[in-house]
Amino acid sequence: MDKSTTATLENTATITRRNFFRLLGGGVAVVVSQSCIYGWADSPAVGKDLTVDDDSIAAWIHIHEDGKVSVFTGKVEVGQNIRTSLAQVVAEELFVSIQRITMIMGDTLMTPYDAGTFGSRSIPYMGPQLRKAAASLRKALLEKAAKALKVPVESLRTEAGEIVHDASNSTLPYGSLTRGEKLLLPIDEEVALIAADSWTVAGTSVPKVNGHDFVTGKHQYTSDMALPDMVYGKILRAPAYGMTLVAADIEKARTIPGVTVVEAGDFIGVVAPDPQMATNALAAISVQWDASPQPSKADIFSYLKENAQQGREDDGTQRETRRVFDASENRLEHRVEVQYIAHVPLEPRAAVAQWDGSQLTVWTGTQRPFGVQEELAGAFSVAKEQVRVIMPDTGSAYGGKHSGEAAVEAARLAKAVGKAVKVVWTREEEFKWAYFRPAGLIEVAAALDSDGSIASWEFHNYNSGNAGIDFPYRARTKHIQYHPSRTPLKQGSYRGLAATANVFAIECMMDDLARQLRVDPLDFRLRQLTDERMQAVLETAAERFGWKEAKAAGHGFGIACGFVKNSYIATCAEVAYDRSDEQLHVIRLVAAYDCGAIVNPKHLENQVLGAILQGLGGALFEEIDFRDGRILNPTLSSYRVPRFSDIPPLDIVLIGRKDVPSAGAGETPIVGTAPAIRNAIADATGIKLHKLPMIPQGLKNN
Amino acid sequence: MKLHINGHVYDIDVPETTSLLDTLRIYLKLTGSKYGCGEGVCGACRVLVDGHATPSCITPVASVQHKEVVTIEGLAKDGRLHPIQQAFLDEDAFQCAYCTSGMVISAVALKNRNPRPSRQEIIDAMQVNICRCCAYPRIMKAISNAQS
Repeated sequence: MDKSTTATLENTATITRRNFFRLLGGGVAVVVSQSCIYGWADSPAVGKDLTVDDDSIAAWIHIHEDGKVSVFTGKVEVGQNIRTSLAQVVAEELFVSIQRITMIMGDTLMTPYDAGTFGSRSIPYMGPQLRKAAASLRKALLEKAAKALKVPVESLRTEAGEIVHDASNSTLPYGSLTRGEKLLLPIDEEVALIAADSWTVAGTSVPKVNGHDFVTGKHQYTSDMALPDMVYGKILRAPAYGMTLVAADIEKARTIPGVTVVEAGDFIGVVAPDPQMATNALAAISVQWDASPQPSKADIFSYLKENAQQGREDDGTQRETRRVFDASENRLEHRVEVQYIAHVPLEPRAAVAQWDGSQLTVWTGTQRPFGVQEELAGAFSVAKEQVRVIMPDTGSAYGGKHSGEAAVEAARLAKAVGKAVKVVWTREEEFKWAYFRPAGLIEVAAALDSDGSIASWEFHNYNSGNAGIDFPYRARTKHIQYHPSRTPLKQGSYRGLAATANVFAIECMMDDLARQLRVDPLDFRLRQLTDERMQAVLETAAERFGWKEAKAAGHGFGIACGFVKNSYIATCAEVAYDRSDEQLHVIRLVAAYDCGAIVNPKHLENQVLGAILQGLGGALFEEIDFRDGRILNPTLSSYRVPRFSDIPPLDIVLIGRKDVPSAGAGETPIVGTAPAIRNAIADATGIKLHKLPMIPQGLKNN
Repeated sequence: MKLHINGHVYDIDVPETTSLLDTLRIYLKLTGSKYGCGEGVCGACRVLVDGHATPSCITPVASVQHKEVVTIEGLAKDGRLHPIQQAFLDEDAFQCAYCTSGMVISAVALKNRNPRPSRQEIIDAMQVNICRCCAYPRIMKAISNAQS
């Protein structure tokens, strides 16, 4: 290597065990760790004191002697910008600048327990938790200052990280009051919080707090990490679902210099000094597999229905709903088919694992660091306290990273070879062996009374799930049921869960009922709704879209609305069908969204537009193809995701409701995209589609 | 073999078939370029090779000897961000940002040959780059608004 190389390598920070453990004043052993590189850059050294209860201020917020603030939360950052939003609510309540705050997130050693980052829970639950901790802390600081200055607490105020006593024109920095000591006071559950209409930091578009690191390539995702002497692991996997290992010949792989083959029951992995060597070694293993019959995409919907659980006894509602349906002259039935789709997080599953005796540290991209900690403790029969899971800001998840497969694999290999091991899944592994959004079959039947109101609503969802299954409109009789089934492919959480499928089925039917009655689909919905927030998003979106205006020949308008977990979306779509080239074009989308008080408008809009546009994929073309348990399109060249050319002009109206607590926004906006486009296609062409994706082979084949 | 990367000369000893991406990430610790698909269709690994945005995951390292390679780490000069990087920050044109380095590289190549691209020209040039978070409208805006 020449000099320039050496210089580059020397600039790369080296991590040693020496700087791993360090003592903090008072003799409390805390882990400072590799934080300077792999966690919270420039974070002042402080760790979770295991004797501190989670209802203590100290568990959540710490003020350092220099006035810097560390905030501890088990939530993780996957691109939803929760690192920034949560820093904003703390800055607001604590009266400190956001630049002073370091968010320490998703680290099982440093942060209070957290079930995980999913279900749009960070803003509605973690937000208030941190606000209360910050407000309690501010109150305690004021009381301390009042004592120190011998003045009434009412004569003091806080500003920019300082206590101010106007009468004597004196100030006390927060850091000087606590001198770095932990504040072991309980959080005051009744502490006064700042109302949304008085926010000055929350409610504003603070830029992504570590944005600079991302545009320069400096941020270290798990897949970028390197520890000294680290080796790379690969795991042998079956070619298809339902296959079991009969025999494996590892001799050839074992003799490759530098390669170690690790066997443990059905688990076979290899480690090597670089990933290509590990891949080659894996390929050198010859394996015999035993196959078992597996379902295929062609028969998935009958399979799901046949294998569905019987569900609860009919309490009479089903019989009554069916009776009303049968008696009606104006009725419709749909069968909606929803395919498996993949999350395709651009950073695949990745983990770096390192053992120190019986202590295990794993860095991994997961939405559930504490869940993975338990998974690891179980896998290696050690106490949870011996396992530390750290989640660096990760290359997205969308509900697809609840599990810890790569973490367990890396830890297994690391234990076997006595070195740090990194496992990064290939795109193909991510497609085949992560998990999918469930496929589902939905049967829906509805009937109208002679006055145009809904007489009966019967809704059965097989396998896809019950999120968003409630019928938001008035109905004289209704019966709604979710039937769990047996899935042939691994399935799990996904952005919005089954709400995408259920709202699609609901909103397709609502549109078709309106058309049957020859009434405007917007007016029909507004008449049947009782929730004024849903009505408001519908009216706002329709007005911005120009719903009542004339459309060009061959163009169609569609509208849909939905709600999940206290937030509301309405989406309007304009499509055009070009009969000459048989192409469907999404001309534009307009959406109105209400999630209560807005913490960061710019980041909220980013979440909303991302969800709406990600919804295009599942609406139009994304689907997993499989036959006999084999995934047939496990690559990004064969599984189509939305790209630049798929993106229509998009207009979003954010309805700020300062009188309503903030709801999470990562999920709901996705549910409006598919039904709005579907209804626009019906408007333009008369073709009524009842499947997701709608046009994987183009509209002409429907 | 000798490599010219971000204005430095590196003399490294790796198998000739090693991908440029592995060489950058594993041997040179330049981890800003990302693995996304391994088949050159997602754009996350793109680097500039003699000014062209090139998928480094399917480019054998031996093929870029005697060529100028620029990665995301080589764009900022004297602590000043490249105008495209600055525009991505200004427009909040990312979410998880795993795609960002490849997006920025593709955009730099585009703007270097076409300082005022139309909407359709941006789409054509960026079509290979996937943003799974779908921050596409903001990326378009960042590229349009970036100073040349």
